[in-house]
Amino acid sequence: MRRISLTLLLALAFPALAAGAARDTKLSLVAYSTPRDAYGALIPAFQKTPAGKDVSFSQSYGASGEQSRAVASGLNADVVAFSLAPDITSLVQKKLVAPSWSNDKFNGMVTRSVVVFVVRDGNPKKLKTWADLLKPGVQIVTPNPFTSGGARWNVMAAYGGALRAGKSPKQAQTYLAQMWKHVVAQPASAREGLQTFLAGRGDVFLAYENEALFAQQHNQPVQFVIPKATILIENPIAVTSTSQHKAQARAFVNFLRTKPAQRIFAQNGYRPVVKGVTQGLSFPNRPQLFTIKYVGGWPKVEKKFFDPRTGVMAKIIGSSGG
Amino acid sequence: MTGRYAVRFASLAYLAVLLAAPVGYVFWRTFEHGFSPAWHAVTAPDALHALKVTLILACIAVPLNTIFGVLAALAIVRHRFPGAGVFNAVVDLPLALSPVVVGLALLILYGRGGWLGGHGVVFAVPGMVLATIFVSLPFVVREVVPVLREIGTEQEQAAATLGASAVQTFWRVTWPAIRWATAYGVVLTTARALGEFGAVSVVSGHLAGQTESLTLYVQDRYQSFDEVGAYASAVVLALIAVATLVLMTTLKPKEETR
Amino acid sequence: MAARADALALPRARRSAAPGLGIGLSTLYLSVIVLLPLAALAWRAHGWDAIGSDQAVAALKLTLFASFAVALINAVAGTAIAWTLVRDRFFGQSFVNALVDLPFALPTIVAGLTLLALYGPKSPAAVDVAFTRWAVVLALLFVTLPFVVRTVQPVLLELDTEMEDAAASLGASRVATFRRVILPNILPAILSGVALAFARAVGEFGAVVLISGNLPFKTEVASVYVFGRIESGDPGGAAAASVVILGISFGVLLAIGGVRRWATRHDR
Repeated sequence: MRRISLTLLLALAFPALAAGAARDTKLSLVAYSTPRDAYGALIPAFQKTPAGKDVSFSQSYGASGEQSRAVASGLNADVVAFSLAPDITSLVQKKLVAPSWSNDKFNGMVTRSVVVFVVRDGNPKKLKTWADLLKPGVQIVTPNPFTSGGARWNVMAAYGGALRAGKSPKQAQTYLAQMWKHVVAQPASAREGLQTFLAGRGDVFLAYENEALFAQQHNQPVQFVIPKATILIENPIAVTSTSQHKAQARAFVNFLRTKPAQRIFAQNGYRPVVKGVTQGLSFPNRPQLFTIKYVGGWPKVEKKFFDPRTGVMAKIIGSSGG
Repeated sequence: MTGRYAVRFASLAYLAVLLAAPVGYVFWRTFEHGFSPAWHAVTAPDALHALKVTLILACIAVPLNTIFGVLAALAIVRHRFPGAGVFNAVVDLPLALSPVVVGLALLILYGRGGWLGGHGVVFAVPGMVLATIFVSLPFVVREVVPVLREIGTEQEQAAATLGASAVQTFWRVTWPAIRWATAYGVVLTTARALGEFGAVSVVSGHLAGQTESLTLYVQDRYQSFDEVGAYASAVVLALIAVATLVLMTTLKPKEETR
Repeated sequence: MAARADALALPRARRSAAPGLGIGLSTLYLSVIVLLPLAALAWRAHGWDAIGSDQAVAALKLTLFASFAVALINAVAGTAIAWTLVRDRFFGQSFVNALVDLPFALPTIVAGLTLLALYGPKSPAAVDVAFTRWAVVLALLFVTLPFVVRTVQPVLLELDTEMEDAAASLGASRVATFRRVILPNILPAILSGVALAFARAVGEFGAVVLISGNLPFKTEVASVYVFGRIESGDPGGAAAASVVILGISFGVLLAIGGVRRWATRHDR
């Protein structure tokens, strides 16, 4: 009897404590740099929902690879949102994210985009397909996939584009080697890549549609074309296994896939992962769109193309001067 | 006489290309849309907080490196201990490390699983302080060492024979001679502490509103295509550096009439 | 006024603990701040064979050549600028003096953007050196500008003009006076600044990365190569490459110290 009344007493005397504990939930979001504005709108939207009522956030935005390495080195994170899946799988290997992170109906993804060609005003060299990039005198700007993880999307888009055009895998690799001979600048990040292009270098810059749209929204003179065959970029999100607030973190991730949240992403230039939120926005379908699975899936692709010593790209880039 | 003008002309031409034009460009990009947008950019809450973080970094790193710099310079030049030459060369090594690697080394040491890991050093201001100290370490030493060599020990030895203690000798004889050098060393150290990006970026964890220094804020503005914000913040850093120089030069002793 | 430390053999009766304390404290500081992180880096380094790859060697060569070139240019230009700022008198001199440290205080991304805008494809002066090796040299000259200037300035300020006046009154030309009277006295300072400039040039990343275009074998510098190692999941290789670069820099810095000792050998 005494125990029960003590509990009752405590519950009555300290209701504030109970409510305060819920109000004190602070989620740490560690994300790559581009969706900063999007999350700036998404977090308040989440906090207006019942699930997000008493949740506050600490936010961190930086280059995707750098952020992933920071989390691996101990940066506290409840939700991680990166530019490409390998930045999350490296955390799985360090037991910071559960291997089942992508076992949901979205395969762990929260936004999408495509690889596009950013071109000069009016596209004077008429660059529309991957084959066009090999025309004599065409100068390409693309980050080096070894100094910018995101640039791996560009390489796989080119490779898959060659496959879609009917080439065999060997021929497609030759295509990559030929294409790389046209590369005249290899900026260290996508943002620097756009800067390099806008400063006057090159005829085409390989970019992601969401970043090109974001630049346009910020009054940059960016024009782009989407090749018929291009890769579907998918940006992953996960709750860490070290999170102290897994329930609220999952609630946040679930929220991000609801229609209102996806609409906000779409307004920021991302292709959504759900249907029915793109009214008034332009995300053209591409007839020969393919995913990373078409070219082998990330684990195979990482080893085959991007191994620092034996990868196809290591050989192409590591011998381009001789 | 033409020699003087030739040197002046050559120096100013070099500075025009490498200094005046770039600095002018930065100011132009800051104010090309007027004073108001630039002002709003640097008084935004995130910008002010970033400025506060940068000032904290500088206010810790600069005094520590200055004290170290003078002590180390004295040790290297006056108290020739075994290994002084190696010590002298090690002092410069922090500069030869690329900033990302500095960050990497600090993460290895103080991050999860590191020898000194798990004490809230990295991804917090203490880690940023360590990174700032690391990259701005050599300047006071490098400034003071040549002057100490130049002035020689005669006056110091004279003071010693007259009965002065080591501390008195330092304050009355050595310090007045190395004041200018120390001042310039402080200016360089401050400038580097203000402007460091790479190493601080890696150890900061980019926690918005908490661990963003002004250089990280510049990067963030640049990333968001807010170019006025980026350049304006750079101007703030430049003004602080100039203010430091002005402060150091106005502390000039009155009896030097050169 | 060269050092004659051993000329007077003084009794050591008043030796205090101060020198030992100074050495001890500064060594401790240096160890904790610099040596400990470097040890952690060296410990994590592995994959030493990767540094022998063609691409790594090319990046290292470019970095070393550019850094030497920049150090030499700074030795001359920095001295001339320090001279102009100390011994000359012209309108706007203090203004110019105040600007000298700015390449240092500006974040490296701003330095890169500025140099790209001024000396790249859309240069208003039609000077386009971007994405070439000259771009690397230009960016490095920009960020190392203050060093020799600021190390020579305090020495020039302390320099007694009596000897120069004496030389002039004995009929020496300005050039001879400079070469025989002034230069020996400022040479240690020049070398000090050269050491800083060389070290900084070797390690520079931010100012170079945008304007150089990072083309392997052409304009990729060592710091970009190392960054690529980290970004592609090979921090051990990055650490190994950095240790090699540090070792080479250390050798050069020791050599600069040796040059100084040789150049001032008659003063000891």
